[in-house]
Amino acid sequence: MKIIVAIKQVPERDAQVRIDAAGKWIEESGLQYALNESDAYALEEALQLKEKHGGEVVVLTAGPERVGPTIREALAKGADRAIHIDCADLGSRDALGVAKLLAAAVKPENPDLVLTGLQSDDLGQGQTGVILAELLGLPHSSLILHVEKTDTGLTVKRELEEGWFRTIELPTPAVLTIQSGGNKLRYATLMGIKRAKTKEVRTVTAAELAVDSAPVAVLERVALPQKQKSTQILPGNPKEAAAALVEKLKFEARVL
Amino acid sequence: MSGIWVVIEERDGRASRISLEAIAAGQKLAALTGLAVNAVVIGAQTEPLAAEVAAKALGKVVRTEHPLLAAYTADGFTLALQQFIEAERPDYVVFPHTYQVRDYAPKLAARLGQVLIGDVTGFAEGPVFVRQLMQGRLNGSYRHSGNGPCFVSVQAGAFRADEAQAGTAAISDFVPAIEPAQIRTKPSERFRGAAQTVDLGSAQMIVGVGRGIKDPANIPIAQELATALGAELGASRPICDNGWLPMERQIGSSGQTISPKLYLAVGISGAIQHLVGIKGSQCVVAINKDPDAPIFEVADYGIVGDLMEVVPALTEALKAAKQ
Repeated sequence: MKIIVAIKQVPERDAQVRIDAAGKWIEESGLQYALNESDAYALEEALQLKEKHGGEVVVLTAGPERVGPTIREALAKGADRAIHIDCADLGSRDALGVAKLLAAAVKPENPDLVLTGLQSDDLGQGQTGVILAELLGLPHSSLILHVEKTDTGLTVKRELEEGWFRTIELPTPAVLTIQSGGNKLRYATLMGIKRAKTKEVRTVTAAELAVDSAPVAVLERVALPQKQKSTQILPGNPKEAAAALVEKLKFEARVL
Repeated sequence: MSGIWVVIEERDGRASRISLEAIAAGQKLAALTGLAVNAVVIGAQTEPLAAEVAAKALGKVVRTEHPLLAAYTADGFTLALQQFIEAERPDYVVFPHTYQVRDYAPKLAARLGQVLIGDVTGFAEGPVFVRQLMQGRLNGSYRHSGNGPCFVSVQAGAFRADEAQAGTAAISDFVPAIEPAQIRTKPSERFRGAAQTVDLGSAQMIVGVGRGIKDPANIPIAQELATALGAELGASRPICDNGWLPMERQIGSSGQTISPKLYLAVGISGAIQHLVGIKGSQCVVAINKDPDAPIFEVADYGIVGDLMEVVPALTEALKAAKQ
């Protein structure tokens, strides 16, 4: 089975984000970046499928030069090779624009399966994989926790709301967006890190893929959210703050 | 162009609560833009659903009905709505932001050369649509550009179902052309995961644990706090994903929805998937080392600090207060 895993590099979870001077995006200088969490689960699912059924795992990502370490991390965990769409204007493309880039890179590879995380931790749109399926003309399913290969295609477990699930059968080739938590993530081994250095990373520019980049959904402004409630922050050392909180809960909120 | 169309989602034979919220959003968008607002129901037998929705202040309710729409599939729903939209040419299509909508609305929009502005929490003059970025740390304002319908989905709880105005709408039918071979996926009946033995939904006191707890070895300090309070222990998704607490203790969109008197969030940053699950809480307390964590936007009380120090101190203070 040939599997392509589309991954994204996003700001680290605990990173302090600041709005840029133009108020259109975040200040990227000095930010630490990491592999998007649900993409890590997509990669894990791909690696486990390869271990069971053989084949090849190719990671695909779009972004500027800084995505290099994230690609190496995926290769160190066991992906066989990588395709990097070199693209400095990722932030100004909408979900359709990014999916068009990915689709153009996927098409000549003719994979049996395309996996990606269900959403990115920065924009959180959760659309790229679903649109990618549409552009490739492939069936898809989203929010997948478990993938089983069958004689005719795949049986997958899809998460629904409030603790419900559904099993879905679909033919291959197909696109799946993977929910976090379905598998246990592996760490890169020392040997894996060493091997990653010799694995192929093919770079293709966004211009070479010749897809239009004008967004339909335009992000015009980024702002700090307005508080829904006025939070009383209780000051002091832990002991003082805790005592003050108990007083408040007892006599002000009256919930104790 | 034919105004605003709200896509209704069925839940147990009735319009889901978030669909009613989407109607309220559609009515507000109508007031803002001066357009008419209508609704579309989809399925194999939509008569009762259409009748229920037609009791709202809407121009029209259209039953998009076909035997192949009995079970939800992305292929079936996309085909049906694509044909409906091409016939009706709406200005706006408003969806409830559900797991089902997330599965097909981006595909439908892409097929029509559009992009869904998803998980919208509000809108303003323009119109510009506001949605959250960076796990709720920032808001982004989006504008739809170009020709064709603007696709929007609204976040659960962002609009109020009881603000959907009542009225009388005319009901009509739309029959899409769908062939069995066009539906490529085969869904089964839905099923429950592991038996739900922990009912967080009716608990009056809950302590929720998040990533800030850092290590499963630290869970007992949160458990001790819960015991001192007489509270149930819950968790955000990553804690359950890691197996540090069982899945049945997960709070949020994929877990349980809670409405306690007191919710104490420990080391929870407040991603939207978690916040939608705690909206019914009467009093929210957040303990987090990051003063900018989104959880503080919904908290009544907060302590900014290292939970490894604050939580044991709070446990002691509660024990002392009880004596």
